[in-house]
Amino acid sequence: MAGRHGNTVTKLVLLGVGMFGFAFALVPLYDLLCDVTGLGGRTGGAYAYEPAKAEVDTSRLVKVNFVANTNDGMPWQFWGETPTVRVHPGELTEVKFYVKNPTDRAMVGQAVPSVAPNAAAEHFHKTECFCFERQILQPGEELEMPMRFFLAPELPKYVQSVSLSYSLFDITELAAAERTRPEA
Amino acid sequence: MSAVIETHHDDHHHGPGKGITRWLFTTNHKDIGTLYLWFSFIMFLVGGAMALVIRAELFQPGLQFVHPEFFNQMTTNHGLIMVFGVIMPAMVGLANWQVPMMIGAPDMALPRLNNLSFWILPFAGGLLVSTLFMDGGGPNFGWTFYAPLSTTYAPPSTTFFIFAVHLLGASSIMGSINIIATILNLRAPGMTLMKMPLFVWTWLITAYLLLAVMPVLAGAVTMMLFDIHFHTSFFNAAGGGDPVMFQHVFWFFGHPEVYILILPAFGVVSQIIPTFARKPLFGYDSMVYAVASIAFLSFIVWAHHMFTVGMPLAGQLFFMYATMLIAIPTGVKVFNWVSTMWRGSMTFETPMLFAIAFVVLFTIGGFSGLMLAITPVDFQYHDTYFVVAHFHYVLVPGAVFGIFAAVYYWLPKWCGRMYDEAMGRLHFWLSFIGVNLTFFPQHFSGLAGMPRRIPDYSIQFADFNMWSSIGAFIFGFSQLILLYTVIKTIKSGEPASDRVWDGAHGLEWTLPSPPPYHSFTHPPVVTDAEAHS
Amino acid sequence: MNVKAIMRATLGAALVVAAACGYADELNMRVGVTEVSESVYGLHMLILYICCGIGVIVFGAMAYSIYHHRKSRGAVAAKFHENTRLEIFWTVIPTFILVGMAIPATQVLIKMYDTGGEDMTVEVRGYQWKWQYKYLDENRNNTLSFFSSLATSQDEIHNKAIKGEHYLLEVDNPLVVPTGKKVRLLVTANDVIHSWWVPDFGVKRDAIPGILNDIWFIADEPGIYRGQCTELCGKDHGFMPVVVRVVPEDEYRDWYSAQSAAYTEREAMARQTFSPDELMTMGEQVYTKVCSTCHQANGQGLPPVFPAISGSPVATGPRDAHIAAVYNGRPGTAMQAFSAQLNAAELAAVIHYQRNALGNSVGDVTQPVDILNWAAAQ
Repeated sequence: MAGRHGNTVTKLVLLGVGMFGFAFALVPLYDLLCDVTGLGGRTGGAYAYEPAKAEVDTSRLVKVNFVANTNDGMPWQFWGETPTVRVHPGELTEVKFYVKNPTDRAMVGQAVPSVAPNAAAEHFHKTECFCFERQILQPGEELEMPMRFFLAPELPKYVQSVSLSYSLFDITELAAAERTRPEA
Repeated sequence: MSAVIETHHDDHHHGPGKGITRWLFTTNHKDIGTLYLWFSFIMFLVGGAMALVIRAELFQPGLQFVHPEFFNQMTTNHGLIMVFGVIMPAMVGLANWQVPMMIGAPDMALPRLNNLSFWILPFAGGLLVSTLFMDGGGPNFGWTFYAPLSTTYAPPSTTFFIFAVHLLGASSIMGSINIIATILNLRAPGMTLMKMPLFVWTWLITAYLLLAVMPVLAGAVTMMLFDIHFHTSFFNAAGGGDPVMFQHVFWFFGHPEVYILILPAFGVVSQIIPTFARKPLFGYDSMVYAVASIAFLSFIVWAHHMFTVGMPLAGQLFFMYATMLIAIPTGVKVFNWVSTMWRGSMTFETPMLFAIAFVVLFTIGGFSGLMLAITPVDFQYHDTYFVVAHFHYVLVPGAVFGIFAAVYYWLPKWCGRMYDEAMGRLHFWLSFIGVNLTFFPQHFSGLAGMPRRIPDYSIQFADFNMWSSIGAFIFGFSQLILLYTVIKTIKSGEPASDRVWDGAHGLEWTLPSPPPYHSFTHPPVVTDAEAHS
Repeated sequence: MNVKAIMRATLGAALVVAAACGYADELNMRVGVTEVSESVYGLHMLILYICCGIGVIVFGAMAYSIYHHRKSRGAVAAKFHENTRLEIFWTVIPTFILVGMAIPATQVLIKMYDTGGEDMTVEVRGYQWKWQYKYLDENRNNTLSFFSSLATSQDEIHNKAIKGEHYLLEVDNPLVVPTGKKVRLLVTANDVIHSWWVPDFGVKRDAIPGILNDIWFIADEPGIYRGQCTELCGKDHGFMPVVVRVVPEDEYRDWYSAQSAAYTEREAMARQTFSPDELMTMGEQVYTKVCSTCHQANGQGLPPVFPAISGSPVATGPRDAHIAAVYNGRPGTAMQAFSAQLNAAELAAVIHYQRNALGNSVGDVTQPVDILNWAAAQ
């Protein structure tokens, strides 16, 4: 390339390459933003609950309803034991979910949680959840899955009902692809 | 600002080569500009034909001509072709022709790169169009290709679509590097940045925008490619990804992209109005600052395309306020154009007619843009024909009229022959009527509740759609007048003078018509009469 | 020629405006029936008037200039090319106007975000290409769930029959809600992104797989309100309307118990045995409603994306594989697991129909019990 433009061109190419990298950097940046702001109803990972330190706000009851769905033609049956509970913020609560694989093959499932409204997501803390890991179910196998959570007492006062949905996806193929990747 | 100009071409003859090799191997900015413009015009006819398929299907309620699956391929490819195959190449073509002549340079800074960035285009365009003939059909997920419709649920041809986008992006990035290098390094002595014609300014800023966001688009389609073929989960909720993130990445590219399409047209209009008003551009400095602030704001407003996905309240408010701010610099530009016309001595040749129509109709598109910025009201407008009307008002009588104006304005300079004014005016009036008849009723169908991207609609929208389709056919077929007029000019137009327009100022008008093969072999003297001061 | 042309254009524009005023109601945004939709309408009109005002000033100045400052009228160009005071003026004034718009817009948006204090909750789930409504009752045995698909006939769409008044805006099972109650909707999707919109409620929200969004409305006026899916979701994006029926509360309660009863009855049907003719009739109905959009009414499909049923190895091969395909769907394609949408009787009927009609003649009979047995064996 013409020598006297070399300097300009080098800088511009670096800018282009940098922006290509930036597109990929947006992925962790976006995850961070979601975790901080509850964007997309993300609820974050396992949370420690220390009964000694827990402050329970008995002055208000928040309605929490649960929605369990299978997505994308996932043939498993998936349901919750309780559609709705009423909880005091800060109080640890357990609800049970059930899942059954009615097919004749072993399958892998992954439940994806989402909380509405957005403003409640960052205050919805799960101490134990089947969504932290994937489920592997043999043909006909049924599983009881407990989920424990509490709402942070910082939950804004105007939030009177919170909904948590689990979308159960079939990730059998995805999991198989991951297993073969190291050899490939 | 080093401005030692020498001829440093790799081809040692000082004139065009012979036959097809002239065009294949050319490194000349004028030849490449010509190639870009013809490519763009051909794609304009292809994308336009797709628009006519869409409008024919929508002429009446019910399914008449095409299957919904094919209809979706038409809307998708129409959008992609018009954005990446028509407006962007046409603007680069104009830059190729004009930037060296306007800043007093012999050619573009990187002539071989210039050849490469053009010749990628026909392959990319061909690849994109060829997907329509592949098994399972072409891309059918809209030009915004939201995941998971464009990943998990996409037709197999999506892989080729991704490669086509990569190629188009590579071409644009190379083109922008070349334009920036030319503007920064090849200006004639005395052509300071704040003396540059506005067309050069808008292109400098556009090129930086392109360089900043085309790689982000490349990143987004690369992630799609990985999701489709390598079992990653960037946008797949099942594997821990997020389909909404696709929209954020896409619109981080997409919003600056719409300014990439319109800014050079701002530049064209800012050249033409002073010429035909015979009066200097009003508020040159504020025009430059306005373009720069529009470019800056374009990076922080992307989520206004996604108000309905469900963001926290604070996010909605931020993007609403930031979007509303864009109205201020845009308003400044419109006020400046009107003030340039004010107390001028105006004549209304074809370029001026297109430029005036640009100001009026682009402003109408700006008004609907402001309405769309208001989040609570956007919930009603979002993804309806109101949005279709809005962006077609800024892109067709905006960007496309800007290109038409530029072609009529500079064609006599390029080929040394005058176009037929009567034909030019006929083209203008038919286009003007066609465009408004097509897109104005779409505001009403949108407000009445018609969603976009549907092949059939309920009977209450029938009248609007019929008018819209009639307008589209008028607009579409009047473009053949442009083709005829341009060919006639090249073959048998009356000889044009060097200055062409009596109010024209700028270095390009000091060259003979047509200009020599290498524009300025010796750096010109930049006088106050030829530069903004 | 120019002046004449401009005059003609102006006349044309004036006619359009005059005609527009005659149809003002059809041409404008709908006021709607909720407090939110009314405030949105007010906001829309406010901004529209401001834009029109600015438009009159800017275009008026242009028109004046185009008429008076033309060379043919002997105008001589002035020399001015800047005026700092003027430029500051037209930067500052629009800023104030924008602030004036932002304040009411912010107020309306805050009101829209107040989803608490609801009287009832319904989950809205987008499917390619229908909606599912699940009433979330606190009593688990009292929940109600149904699908809502386009009711317009294929004949109307293909211009073989006269189009009805609500062409493309009618469904088999609308969402039913009581008047005056705050209805909270949880919006999500099964496959791709959809968007649930009822213009008269001023409510639109994307339905995104894996993500839950919430919106609300209170409709005081009984009536039927119609909208459409507004996010491109594939082939039949234009054919998945939203219909909401708002009824007085007692009527709503009657409807709810009748629906629950019908739901239980449909479940009971799954334990009956049908004659082949009954299966064919019921199967054709289910096929037309559920299968024909992809596999086509004649069973020829749209290969390669939507395979044919006629002569298909699945529909003419072993029955268990056929049941498995319909029951569990084909992950990663538009073929859903219909066990979630159809009961055993409907599944049996449609499988019987596919095996013995559309050019296929396997000759076997599929009963609801066969489906149940197959499922139990899994």
